[in-house]
Amino acid sequence: MSSSAAKPPAKPRLVYAQPGDAVEPGKPVTVSRYGPLARLNHWITAGSLILLAVSGLALFTPSLYFLTELFGGGQNTRALHPWIGVVLFVSFFVFFLQLWRANLPEKVDVVWLSKIKDVVGGHEENLPELGKYNAGQKFIFWGMVALILLLIATGVMIWEQYFATYFGIPLRRVAVLVHSIAAVLIICIFILHVYAAIWTRGTLRAMTRGTVTGGWAWRHHRKWLRELAGLRRAETRKTGPAE
Amino acid sequence: MTNAWTDIKNTDLVVVMGGNAAEAHPCGFKWVTEAKAHRGAKLIVVDPRYTRTASVSDVYAPIRQGSDITFLNAVINYCIQNDKVQWEYTKAYTNAAFIVKEGFGYADGLFSGYDEEKRDYDRSSWDYEFGEDGFAKVDPTLQHPRCVWNLLKAHVAAYTPELVERICGTPRQKFLQIAGMIAECSSPTKTMTSMYALGWTQHSHGAQNIRAMAMLQLILGNIGVRGGGMNALRGHSNIQGLTDLGLMSHLLTGYLNMPTEKEVDYKTYMASRQFRPLRPGQTSYWQNYSKFMVSFQKAMWGDAATAENDWCYHYLSKLDVPAYDILRMFELMNQGKVNGYICQGFNPLLAFPNRGKVAAGLARLKFLITMDPLETETARFWENHGDFNDVDTKAIQTEVFQLPTVCFAEDQGSLTNSGRWLQWFWPAATPPGEAKADTWIMAQIFLRMRELYRKEGGAFPDPILNLSWQYHNPGEPEPEELAKEINGRALTDLRDPADPSRILVEAGKQVVNFSQLRDDGSTMSGCWIYSGCFNEAGNNMARRDNHDPDNTGAHPNWTFAWPLNRRTLYNRASADLDGKPWDPSRKLLEWDGAKWVGYDVPDIAPTAKPRDVMPFIMNQEGVSRLFARGMLRDGPFPAHMEPFESPIANPFNPKMRGNPVGRIFESDVAQFGTSEEFPYAATSYRLTEHFHYWTKHNRVNAALQPEFFVELSEELAREKGIAGGSWVRVWSKRGSVRAKAVVTKRIRPLICDGKTVHVIGIPLHWGFVGAARKGFGPNSLSPFVGEANIETPGYKAFLVNIEPSTAPRGGVVA
Amino acid sequence: MSMANGPDSPRTAVSNPPVQPMASNLGAGDLIRRSATSDLPPPTRQLTPVAKLIDVSKCIGCKACQSACIEWNDTLPAVGENVGVYENPHDLTENMFTLMRFTEWVNPATDSLEWLIRKDGCMHCADPGCLKACPAPGAIVQYSNGIVDFIHENCIGCGYCVKGCPFNIPRISKADHRSYKCTLCSDRVAVGQGPACAKACPTQAIVFGTKEDMKKHAEGRIADLKSRGYSQAGLYDPPGVGGTHVMYVLHHADKPQIYAGLPENPSISPLVQSWKGVTKYVGMAAMSMLAVGSVIHGVFGRANRVSREEEEEAERLVEQGDETPPHDPRERRP
Repeated sequence: MSSSAAKPPAKPRLVYAQPGDAVEPGKPVTVSRYGPLARLNHWITAGSLILLAVSGLALFTPSLYFLTELFGGGQNTRALHPWIGVVLFVSFFVFFLQLWRANLPEKVDVVWLSKIKDVVGGHEENLPELGKYNAGQKFIFWGMVALILLLIATGVMIWEQYFATYFGIPLRRVAVLVHSIAAVLIICIFILHVYAAIWTRGTLRAMTRGTVTGGWAWRHHRKWLRELAGLRRAETRKTGPAE
Repeated sequence: MTNAWTDIKNTDLVVVMGGNAAEAHPCGFKWVTEAKAHRGAKLIVVDPRYTRTASVSDVYAPIRQGSDITFLNAVINYCIQNDKVQWEYTKAYTNAAFIVKEGFGYADGLFSGYDEEKRDYDRSSWDYEFGEDGFAKVDPTLQHPRCVWNLLKAHVAAYTPELVERICGTPRQKFLQIAGMIAECSSPTKTMTSMYALGWTQHSHGAQNIRAMAMLQLILGNIGVRGGGMNALRGHSNIQGLTDLGLMSHLLTGYLNMPTEKEVDYKTYMASRQFRPLRPGQTSYWQNYSKFMVSFQKAMWGDAATAENDWCYHYLSKLDVPAYDILRMFELMNQGKVNGYICQGFNPLLAFPNRGKVAAGLARLKFLITMDPLETETARFWENHGDFNDVDTKAIQTEVFQLPTVCFAEDQGSLTNSGRWLQWFWPAATPPGEAKADTWIMAQIFLRMRELYRKEGGAFPDPILNLSWQYHNPGEPEPEELAKEINGRALTDLRDPADPSRILVEAGKQVVNFSQLRDDGSTMSGCWIYSGCFNEAGNNMARRDNHDPDNTGAHPNWTFAWPLNRRTLYNRASADLDGKPWDPSRKLLEWDGAKWVGYDVPDIAPTAKPRDVMPFIMNQEGVSRLFARGMLRDGPFPAHMEPFESPIANPFNPKMRGNPVGRIFESDVAQFGTSEEFPYAATSYRLTEHFHYWTKHNRVNAALQPEFFVELSEELAREKGIAGGSWVRVWSKRGSVRAKAVVTKRIRPLICDGKTVHVIGIPLHWGFVGAARKGFGPNSLSPFVGEANIETPGYKAFLVNIEPSTAPRGGVVA
Repeated sequence: MSMANGPDSPRTAVSNPPVQPMASNLGAGDLIRRSATSDLPPPTRQLTPVAKLIDVSKCIGCKACQSACIEWNDTLPAVGENVGVYENPHDLTENMFTLMRFTEWVNPATDSLEWLIRKDGCMHCADPGCLKACPAPGAIVQYSNGIVDFIHENCIGCGYCVKGCPFNIPRISKADHRSYKCTLCSDRVAVGQGPACAKACPTQAIVFGTKEDMKKHAEGRIADLKSRGYSQAGLYDPPGVGGTHVMYVLHHADKPQIYAGLPENPSISPLVQSWKGVTKYVGMAAMSMLAVGSVIHGVFGRANRVSREEEEEAERLVEQGDETPPHDPRERRP
């Protein structure tokens, strides 16, 4: 970073900021974190994942079979579940295209992970400055990516209605086992994700309004904020002050 | 069948040859499994294909179709060579000891008296030597060089295991294994049953196939005994009834013969039917012929039949040819000599050989009437179905009337099974739509025709006008009425000849059975062998008492078996000369010192003394015939004959084609193929999933075997580049079909006369109407050849070629 | 044996049915297993276990069993095509609960062809994999007589039974999305009749009765086969699934797989076992613990809040520029 600071360019090279990310001065500062499309995808994915988890769990264990009533019975649950999976897959795929670059691992992630106690304890001051995502978020992202791929692949194999004949029963047995293990894992990740979003106050609005406060960004993703701030200054210089 | 289905459970060895009992008669086949399971019986299957029957057999041997006589003669030879003969039986109950005329001989595959020009034998030399007393000469020591036994021995001597291998393609070791197993049944306490069907009958030498096995069964002592016999498995539930009731052009009912044009009057007709015993003291039951004949004529023409007019003998048609069988009828149609054809319960377009000729014949008719519960291809022969029925509809002028009939389950009456049981049945359903009973249709046609004759006269109206038609409702005779008429009744009081004051049967009452029939016009009976089926005791065919004392398999009170409720024919032969059962554990009849007693109705006069009267009472000899005299047109002994289309030449006479007296028409000769052009030996058959051309209308059966196919060996498939499930074209000199290929290990190439012979199996069952996929049958390819004696078409052995192909035009989904 | 609730299991398939109507003898009180149900009350009585014995050595492959099955169950398989084999339909379907499978096998010991014909269909395992896999309560039940039956109104069509079955039997209907298989004619057995296939079998290759009787019958058949040279003849009643209520007499019991792939030692797949066992329990535990842990942490832990100072830092940054060095100078982008 020091190099970029030493030789101020016309337009800073962006490492963390993604298209649409921006800061807006004010009290507090408003930082645009997710555009409308990303938020839409997120919520479609989230909704699908919840529906999938509920319908899947209903078929996973008899004690939760009653949940099929939410879908209008077992037959509907069985019929809808894979289609919801397709929706999730498509929606997440778009989401993935938007986010994957920002989720590439960095060395700093290792540092962050090594101080996981401070993370859980909320001692942000002990953590390194981060880009748009921390290692936990990246783990959730890549975990989701891997599990969704696994789930869609195995899900197709056990999608009785359309694909039963394409895969042998031994393979389908593997698929159903992998599907359930993957489902358990993705639900666990989902819980972590939701919990983290709630525990880390000020996060939820990123996916509702699309913005976070400058303080939130300062606290959690300072490098990202710095980059956006730099970006804004560069643009202001080019076009003249907005005031 | 000489025996009954239920009797098969008593056997020690089942030989299925010339049939495929498990496949075509699965319900009857249960008795084979009973014998296997409870008696440890063994099952031998000899067939060109490894069939469903073979799948449960103990020993299977392949054989080239049409070469059964060689195999069987070789078994006879084996038994003679190895002294595996039931000697007491053979000497006493067969004509082994009879001395044959000088002049009888056999050379170059032909018996004495052959006339190549006429394609017929002068059979006068095929007879016994008769003594001054008019009886046939015998030599009980079997020393006489011309006694039947020595002639037989000489005749079969050529049939060695090597010859079997050469002609039949059956490996020598397999043959010897089977011959050894069969030979064991020469023991009086071991029996073998022969189960055969159309694999033997449907050859130009069909009768001789059956005779060969019958002779083998005789020398093994297996005729008339429990678990033995010659058991023809009839292909329809009532085909036995068809022949019994004379639905053949050369027969009246009960195997009385249709007169020929040479038998101008009753006296002449009867002169050749005196059937005097050829040995002293023998029964020769056909001596009663006139009683049955007159009773039949009285049944036909009632009061119009009198002694003065020879019981209306002149009303009977006289044959100018041996028979107007189906092949001859279609030959005549092709010659334009037939105007109309009533096709009742038959589907000739698919069922008769050489479909091209059949279709051409139908197209030359003025009218065709079909009577059938189902849509038949015959009724639609004029309709174009692409490759499946490629006809020019516009060119066909035949007017077709389709009369829908009831099916068996909507009707009542009796069906005669293979075991000669007349089994009454009741309707289970109401006929649909306009379907009518066949009796109604026939009665309506008759009444209208009689009316026309009454009004308009005609060349000879009398047989029609005087036909006895005494039914409660003339427009629809009831099955019971017909059954009673068939049983027969007294027309006047029948008095005891020994005591004229005693009335045996009052006028108008049903006769007990045919023993009460007379030739003085006092009785009538529609079919003498069925007499007893519906007498004053009631409808015996409707009996359903399943009791079987001592589990003999006789079930004497279950329905009615002709003749006289007898379950096993020739059952007197189940006991030795003294009347003791050969096998006490399988007693059927026994002489108690005064009469015959046992589980079955004796096939002999109940008081006929054992050493005096021999068991084969229908034969003039009193014994069975190893030598058939002139009774068959193609020889007194069975001799090897090739099919008309054969992959190899006849080793006995390479110039001889087919059966030298087999019935062929001039017009068909050009349509015989040679093995150069058509190298593969084809055969046709049924599959268990279907019944003929009926069940393709049923969606269940259609689902179980949906589409026409041919079967061929893996070797031939490789040679021709044919994959299982692909389309092939199979063609003969007469036609071409396309089928799916079933490539199987169940058919193996045979080595015959040094040549590899590939067998191609062609099941029937498919046509262009019904629920199953459209298909062809074997009969687009099969030849127009008639059996030498009874003109049965030879469907079982012909030549074809095969190649990979594509789907036929016209859509396979019917 | 209690017969309080009506007659016990039928002893044969050959008897003719009585004319008068009969009440079903298989009720809720006869269930010993019910899919996805943990609180099934114990059965009110124990019916004598029944079995269908298929003697492959007596079978002639006539398909009468298939017809009878179609007729009785009122199914109607489609008219297919010939693909070069005798199996029609080509496989079990939701409309074809039983199928004759034909194998042309050359016995290496004798070098002679054997046409092995096996009637395929549900084996009615004592330990049914389908039932184990089924997620829908009451869609698969097992009666105390051993019959494993599909209760179609409870079936959801998920196909888990297909994965659970070691014999590849259940088929899911494309029309109503329910799973179908041989019921061992539970509706006939319930009124004292044997299965339709056994009734129709012309050679009595299929017999039906109590399992004990069928085992005895099999002994006789095996002795007969051994006397005919089939030294390895035997009964197929695989212990891996607790035994079955459909058994085979095989001429070559040492090689069941030659009979169109009859499994040699079938059992519920370990994959299915672990799916329905450890995965379910560990998975549920993991998810629950995580959820509960999160809630506890959320309730009792301190939330991660942004402070006023941090907001101001951000404002300063945005307004004045990034003049301060990074928080951790050691950290560099790669």
